[in-house]
Amino acid sequence: MAEQNFGSRRTVVGAHYGLRDWLSQRITAALMALFTLAVIVQVLLPGEMGYDKWAGIFSRQWMKVLTFVVIVSLLVHVWVGMRDVWMDYVKPVGVRLALQVFTIAWLVGCAGWAIQVLWRL
Amino acid sequence: MAETLRQRPVYRNIHISQIVAYRLPPAGIVSILHRVSGVLMFLLLPFVIWLFDHSVTSEISYARYAAVFKSGIGVLPGWFMKLVALALIWAYLHHLIAGLRHLWMDATHAVTKEFGHTSAVVTLALSVALTLGLGFKLFF
Repeated sequence: MAEQNFGSRRTVVGAHYGLRDWLSQRITAALMALFTLAVIVQVLLPGEMGYDKWAGIFSRQWMKVLTFVVIVSLLVHVWVGMRDVWMDYVKPVGVRLALQVFTIAWLVGCAGWAIQVLWRL
Repeated sequence: MAETLRQRPVYRNIHISQIVAYRLPPAGIVSILHRVSGVLMFLLLPFVIWLFDHSVTSEISYARYAAVFKSGIGVLPGWFMKLVALALIWAYLHHLIAGLRHLWMDATHAVTKEFGHTSAVVTLALSVALTLGLGFKLFF
């Protein structure tokens, strides 16, 4: 019988056991929830909704910084989530690798675009 | 003894064709919808950034952003784009509320069967109710 290697007796050396991914997914989630709240509050502030009000929300410096942090958070969060999905449902290593490469390219491309939009505001 | 042990039911990995026959508890429904909503938002991410781009860049681009939901874009009519937006609204709300449920459970170790059940029902009810409310605002 093999020695117990899970729970409190797990040998925690030699490899990652996903704690960092788990934690980064939670922290980025909290940041995005905070961002959501910040946007909702500013949308609900008095004033007619239109281009001026909407673009004004994102042109303030603190909001630009927060949005930038959220874009990077989204990148990390979605990477962990999509990697979990591929690991759970796609077993052939080659297909999984191709999907992971696609995910990274897709996410980095989207993040670059979003930052570009933010940059010129 | 060995005879009864051998007759116990065996649960193997669920094949995709068997999914419909499984009755999921509310927490299971919340869990799979968390995944579905996440993948949906991942795939529609370029559309979301396109909307962000056009809504903030200039007044002309803002008008184009608004027109997507009135007169449509390309072959896709406006009402269809509103449906896509509604799907995104649902996905965001479900993912957010189910995520807050996760964070709450992680932080407080609230892992009783009762809490898992009631919080899952609340998650489903709240996300659907908010989606319906915002959908009403979107269409009427």
